[in-house]
Amino acid sequence: MAAIELRNVTKKFATADGGTYTALKDLSLTVEEGQFCAVVGPTGCGKSTTLTLVSGLERPSRGEAFVHGQEVNGIETGTGFVFQQDAVFPWRSVLDNVAAGPIYRGKDRGEATTLARDWLRRVGLSGFEDRFPHQLSGGMRKRVALAQTLINEPRILLMDEPFSALDVQTRAIMSTELLHLWDQTKPAVVFVTHDLEEAIALADKVVVLTAGPGTVKAEFEIDLPRPRVVQEIRFDPRFIELYEQIWEALRAEVAEAYDRTTRSAVAS
Amino acid sequence: MNDVSSIHGAQDSTTFDAMAAQAGPTPVNPAGVASARRRAPRGTRRRLTLAGVRLGIVAVALALWQLCVHAKIVDPFFWGEPKGVWQTLIDWFTVGTSQGSLGQQVIITLEEAVMGFVIGSILGIVCGIALGRVAVLSEIFGPFLKAANSIPRIILGSIFTVAFGFGIQSKVILAVVLVFFGVFFNAYQGSREVDRNLIANARLLGASRWQVTRDVVLPSAFTWILASLHISFGFALIGALVGEILGANQGLGLLIRSSQNNFDMNGVLAGMVLVAVIALTAEGLITLLERRLLRWRPPQTHGGAAVQ
Ligand SMILES: Nc1ncnc2c1ncn2[C@@H]1O[C@H](COP(=O)(O)OP(=O)(O)O)[C@@H](O)[C@H]1O
Ligand SMILES: [Mg+2]
Repeated sequence: MAAIELRNVTKKFATADGGTYTALKDLSLTVEEGQFCAVVGPTGCGKSTTLTLVSGLERPSRGEAFVHGQEVNGIETGTGFVFQQDAVFPWRSVLDNVAAGPIYRGKDRGEATTLARDWLRRVGLSGFEDRFPHQLSGGMRKRVALAQTLINEPRILLMDEPFSALDVQTRAIMSTELLHLWDQTKPAVVFVTHDLEEAIALADKVVVLTAGPGTVKAEFEIDLPRPRVVQEIRFDPRFIELYEQIWEALRAEVAEAYDRTTRSAVAS
Repeated sequence: MNDVSSIHGAQDSTTFDAMAAQAGPTPVNPAGVASARRRAPRGTRRRLTLAGVRLGIVAVALALWQLCVHAKIVDPFFWGEPKGVWQTLIDWFTVGTSQGSLGQQVIITLEEAVMGFVIGSILGIVCGIALGRVAVLSEIFGPFLKAANSIPRIILGSIFTVAFGFGIQSKVILAVVLVFFGVFFNAYQGSREVDRNLIANARLLGASRWQVTRDVVLPSAFTWILASLHISFGFALIGALVGEILGANQGLGLLIRSSQNNFDMNGVLAGMVLVAVIALTAEGLITLLERRLLRWRPPQTHGGAAVQ
């Protein structure tokens, strides 16, 4: 049984002018237990929408979403979600942010705090427990978000361009750290990104979506050996080979999406 | 009165990271409201100079007023005079007022204003957040509240005085009514403006609807609510004073009213001075509360020009 299965999902949104906009069309996607799946595609192709369907934040207009064989029906609390923008609570200290999940799930405060300290150590933030998020750098806030999500030991981990706001070096460091953390509990991951290099370096499988309305254009198995060091793997000949292969599929979609934005810019 | 002066200024985030300088964006906070007025570096001297200039302006204005009285340009019978106001204040402090000791008058008015402020604010926050969170409630009660907000509520003071008498009760109720709407609309708006990602995050972490309200909506709305509290204490004070003027046995409002009845404009102005002192003190306390509650927000870099 697959950890995540999207079966011919279509998602339509109501637009301001009373019409509907199709963000996803007949998209099917399967992620196995413990598999790290990266989803790439041009901006606006429906990557974030895909994640909201898996997490239960939104429902598909047509088709079904399954998690561990169960149809997704409302918010899935067994699912971890790392958002693109900062979603840690700005009014809570780092420690209270990380301890939030266990407390919501019924643990008592003391136990949750001990657990939170442990996770802060694992993401390298020991000593920052009492800081407020605004007192941290972007990279550190991302680590708080990771600890906040991973502390619940989700079996499904959804990540929406989690490192897109970080500079290149920090991003590579965080990616390697993410792989290390993932290896400890091996949840099924859907990692959304528009950065193909990042996708190949992290994933077991890379899924390319078409320019909106999004549907799966192609899937690629990534047979690079693990453990991987993200900073170095892009010099691997096999990495370069895969990159060229996938880029071939992605290029047309990126060009299509870009064309559309420039065309509509001219039109308006 | 239901709009908030909010400042979406650039906010700097202090970097403590030992790693390479981060190019990440600064955190986006819920609608910022002017709070801490940042002191300019090496600002002590500047502030002293400013205080001196301000004092000078006040002194000149008072002196001009007094001179105009002596030159018979201004009739102190209608407009009072600084010397007389000062003398009245001293009399009230030392001898007491026609209604008893000055302290007692101040305490009564304060009691009414503070009670009205606290009750009105709590009601406003609770109702605002409830309507902000439960769509059905706002659909049902929204039009009523808008209608109630559009009538001049100060007139209700007359009814309250007749219905609840000359005691403290009618003033507290008037103050509650005046305070409620400002706080309500801010709490409502604040609870609608909560970052959707934060709510989604809390839900996925396992929070119940009530926990989302308490841990995400309330703290997030507090930047809005606190902004309204600055204005609201003023409303509470107006409620207490107007209530007393309409009919009371005690309080600063009555003191002002009886001064008016005796054609003692110095007494009216002395009452105003006392009210101003109370209002400014309350404003200071609310600013302290705001700083304490909004400790989690990054310091405002361009807060200097903020005017509530
Ligand atoms: N809640 C919504 N209402 C209306 N349109 C939406 C909504 N969410 C997303 N969309 C539209 O659906 C498309 C896909 O969005 P999204 O999944 O965020 O794209 P991506 O994450 O790939 O950049 C976009 O064109 C976006 O404007
Ligand atoms: Mg997106």
